[in-house]
Amino acid sequence: MNDSFVAPAVDWLYLAPILVVLGAGVVGVLIEAFVPARVRRTVQVVLALLATAAAFALVVVLWRDPAVQGSDVAPYGVRVLGGSMVIDPFGLAVQGIVVLLAFLAILVIADRTSTGQDAFAPSAAAVPGSPYEDLTRRKGLEQTEVYPLVLFAVGGMMIFPATGNLLVMFVALEVLSLPLYVLSAMARRRRLLSQEASFKYFLLGAFASALFVFGVALVYGFAGSVDLVEVYRSLATPGGPLASMPGLVVVGALLVLAGLLFKIGAAPFHAWTPDVYQGAPTPITGFMAACTKAAAFGALLRVLYVVSLGLAQSSPATREDLFVALWVVTLLTMVVGTVVGAVQTDVKRLLAYSSIAHAGFILVGVVGFSQLSLRATVFYLLVYGLATVGAFAVVTLVRETAPVRERVPATVGAGEAGAPDNPSDDSGEQPVAVLGEATHLAQWAGLGRRSPWLAGTFSLFLLSMAGIPLTAGFVAKFTAFGAAIAGPDGQGGGSTWVLAVVGVLASAVAVFFYVRIIVLMFFTAPAGGADEGSGEGAGASEGAGVTVVRSAGPTTVAIAVCALGVLLLGVFPSPVLDLAAEAVKFVP
Amino acid sequence: MTTSVPWLSLLVAWPLVGAAAVWLTAAARTRGVGSGALRAVRGVALAAALVEVALLVAAFTAFDTSAAGTHQLTETYPWIPQIGASYAVGADGVALALVALSVVLVPLVVLAAWKEQDGDVRRLRHYLALVLLLEAFMVAVFVARDVFLFYVLFEAMLVPVYFMIGGFGVGARRRYAAVKFLLFSLAGGLIMLAAVIALYVQVPIDPATGARPEDAFLTSNLVGYFAENPMPVTTERLLFLGFFLAFAIKAPLFPVHTWLPDAAQHAPAGTSTLLVGVLDKVGTFGMLTLCLPLFPHASTWAAPVVVVLAVVSILYGALMAIGQSDLMRLIAYTSVSHFGFIVLGIFAFTSLSVSGSSLYMVNHGISTGALFLLAGFLIARHPERSQRIADYGGLQKVVPVLAGTFLVAGLSALSLPGLSTFVSEIMVLVGTFARSPWAALVAVLGVVLAALYVLLTYQRIFTGGTREGLDELPDLGAREKWVVAPLVVVLLVLGLYPAPALDLVREPAEVTLSDLAVAGVEDPPRSDPFADADGTLVEGQASHVTRSTDEGSES
Repeated sequence: MNDSFVAPAVDWLYLAPILVVLGAGVVGVLIEAFVPARVRRTVQVVLALLATAAAFALVVVLWRDPAVQGSDVAPYGVRVLGGSMVIDPFGLAVQGIVVLLAFLAILVIADRTSTGQDAFAPSAAAVPGSPYEDLTRRKGLEQTEVYPLVLFAVGGMMIFPATGNLLVMFVALEVLSLPLYVLSAMARRRRLLSQEASFKYFLLGAFASALFVFGVALVYGFAGSVDLVEVYRSLATPGGPLASMPGLVVVGALLVLAGLLFKIGAAPFHAWTPDVYQGAPTPITGFMAACTKAAAFGALLRVLYVVSLGLAQSSPATREDLFVALWVVTLLTMVVGTVVGAVQTDVKRLLAYSSIAHAGFILVGVVGFSQLSLRATVFYLLVYGLATVGAFAVVTLVRETAPVRERVPATVGAGEAGAPDNPSDDSGEQPVAVLGEATHLAQWAGLGRRSPWLAGTFSLFLLSMAGIPLTAGFVAKFTAFGAAIAGPDGQGGGSTWVLAVVGVLASAVAVFFYVRIIVLMFFTAPAGGADEGSGEGAGASEGAGVTVVRSAGPTTVAIAVCALGVLLLGVFPSPVLDLAAEAVKFVP
Repeated sequence: MTTSVPWLSLLVAWPLVGAAAVWLTAAARTRGVGSGALRAVRGVALAAALVEVALLVAAFTAFDTSAAGTHQLTETYPWIPQIGASYAVGADGVALALVALSVVLVPLVVLAAWKEQDGDVRRLRHYLALVLLLEAFMVAVFVARDVFLFYVLFEAMLVPVYFMIGGFGVGARRRYAAVKFLLFSLAGGLIMLAAVIALYVQVPIDPATGARPEDAFLTSNLVGYFAENPMPVTTERLLFLGFFLAFAIKAPLFPVHTWLPDAAQHAPAGTSTLLVGVLDKVGTFGMLTLCLPLFPHASTWAAPVVVVLAVVSILYGALMAIGQSDLMRLIAYTSVSHFGFIVLGIFAFTSLSVSGSSLYMVNHGISTGALFLLAGFLIARHPERSQRIADYGGLQKVVPVLAGTFLVAGLSALSLPGLSTFVSEIMVLVGTFARSPWAALVAVLGVVLAALYVLLTYQRIFTGGTREGLDELPDLGAREKWVVAPLVVVLLVLGLYPAPALDLVREPAEVTLSDLAVAGVEDPPRSDPFADADGTLVEGQASHVTRSTDEGSES
């Protein structure tokens, strides 16, 4: 060891996408301080969109970089900062997906719709129901810190799957989680629910972080390093730490994986998902459902492959033990996601359980454990993300209404519904106030008759999630289950096909609840004449109805892009599958 | 063999154009005068369906009937090479016959739907657009020569049908019927998905590229792979079951038939026509063109059980039909019985029974289509739109033309000699007798029961004293006559002169049997009296037709 500090040589180029996003986040904070309130929001939105778009462009440029793709003489992948960052095709692919989905999600976040309000509390610090809150609302304040927070989260998500160092991974985990905790608490309406969601998310997230960091400590205990290359080397040595302290190895690996599975939302670490998805502002829900999952799966695969390949060299039996645990998690995730999802009555909770089920389906592909499963995972993450961002974007547009006269002070006091804010401009005869999102399923009845386009695209997203052919979801499921049936040797060896069969049966159950929504939207008369599930929901009077607000533009763009993507990837998936196949290369 | 004009792709694409045209026409004109928009929508839909018929005629002229056992008019393009899927279409005689059935039925269904949906142009345009969309899927699924493509269409077809039943059907329980239909079909379909993936995994990896071939899913290629290196016995049986279950649900075969009566009861008559007449044939078509060639050993292994199920279907369907009080449910149950015959013929493994089953699919589509459409006309005349048979009576004097055509359609359901259904039914029975006499003998009971359910129904609806309130019903109008007339004509013509249809199905049956030869199945010697008596069935054995000449060249 030298006494003097030696500055490391850094290949800044390869960090450019991450630096752009994080830098834009920092600039965003400065904007909050120095730019006048009147233009602040516009500047923030433009900056966030530009940053994510630029990051995507840089990812594309790096993708073709010879050092990243490797050649006949040089291996692929670049290790920056001694492995703190690993820029390889796999990491870049996940980064690209994250940034792309984040761009679409920011479009949804930025939309103020025809009500002129975004989804966030005017001042998140105001106590729900307090006079101060009322004041902030009447003054028309806006919370523009949302955008830098989102950018920081995106930055964390980009580091997460592209690091070869467990400690850096932990830092990335925190960088991506902390802004999400804050963002979850900022819903404009149902603020108590939102804050409760944030608190739950924070508590459970902190718990998962603790598990993760404890796991890292144990790994350090046997490998003497937190660098994944060193971990691999130590695991692959026959008679190494595995012989002397097998418990440490297994427990360490399991704890690290548990921390990652929490972020993925796999059962039994899924408990936070429905509450947080329901409580968080809907645009944020779409953002974190899509992007967090992609980033976390990237990190999970990296760790899993290092551990598994290492163990395969020295102790296949231990590796089997590890995979039994993964099997249990996969099965449980699919069953919980679909069975519990089938009885939900809130559209956001339903989508949350659907997201749990999809985590299970992706895990089915992962457990197949071959080149095929990497390809399947990358493709699935993109498809799932598109459908999810799109679906939540649709949810933001379906709103409850109440007659303007009847202010609802009781619910304001409880922070449950918020006060009617703005008379909507499209109701001619009877003034009606547009409230928060109509998330109860009964309120979606008959939506297909009033807004066929909106209901049609939502059905498309649901059909894609259900895996109906000619949508992207089908191709994704085909590749994921294909990887599982092919097994590690690609010849149908192993018994992972059992998982695929369970996955297929779980899909059948999942179809049931997706179709239920389609039935509701197209075949059921709107509340009042409804013959099922009309007990709750939009009260008896005609006034307390459901309306569809017009997007101010960005959400429409996001929904259209997502719908187009889902259709195109369903009919012509070839080019993207090719890219996904290139992405299977990664260095530990 | 690739022709210069892609007739089959045109046949697939045109209805899509038509659907879009219907939809846009109405969107452009809904704000105008109601009746004008309605006329425009009907006109565009009918024109699209008729142009499709013209395309079909053109495809027929390009088709060489003397080589009906080979796939012709083929087109093959890579689609998703990463998973071995191609866009590959081509038709042999059976496929072309079924395409013809769908293409001919659609304009009739469009005509029959003229007054449906209460003249609401917005509903009608969606309905007609869905019918045309469904037509595209139906044509495509029959001409698909790629298992992946077939599967995709097999599943995607469910979506329009689901909306046609659930959105445009009749009765309070139509949503229940639609969901039941969807869940049954999807459950089968998803199990088939697992089998499709597993089938792909069974394809050997090409050592040169380190991956599976880019056209691995072509049916002909798959048959080739598994003829060279057979699958393990258990694997083959499991995969067979995965495919067969999906097809049995679709067909529908006892005991997974329960969705059909509900769906038929609540669907619009036109939808039932397409559903039972064409869509369900995809099930039996799949058994014939996928299960048998891909899994010959497993097919012979399962044949005894399948034959028993088929016989049970025949009897159970017929008995249930006799006991029904709802006209639409009754027709649905007769179809369960008829599908039993089709499956029986396929799994009897004789060239006579297999070609009989192929012909049966077409005939049953026409006969059942006519029954459903006529029943729809009858119900539309009832003041309360009742579907209960007991609410009718003595209509023979009131609506003689309707009664007469209904009788002809009914007689075709009981396979009266002189009608086309007789030919196919006798082929199935005689062919089956050569393989398993007892099954044929028990199945004959089904014919007797058929006479009961047809004649009893006719008696209850059309004879006796006319019920009150029904004595002023109008007879079939010109439009309705145009709907029924083509079907009756086809029934009669193919009944008296079946040779053109037989030419289409005979050689494909030989090819199927040659595919089964690896499992030790031989065509029994033609000692059966019927085949000797009818020279057309013995000639042109075409035993030289094998898979090697079949569509191998373009892949």
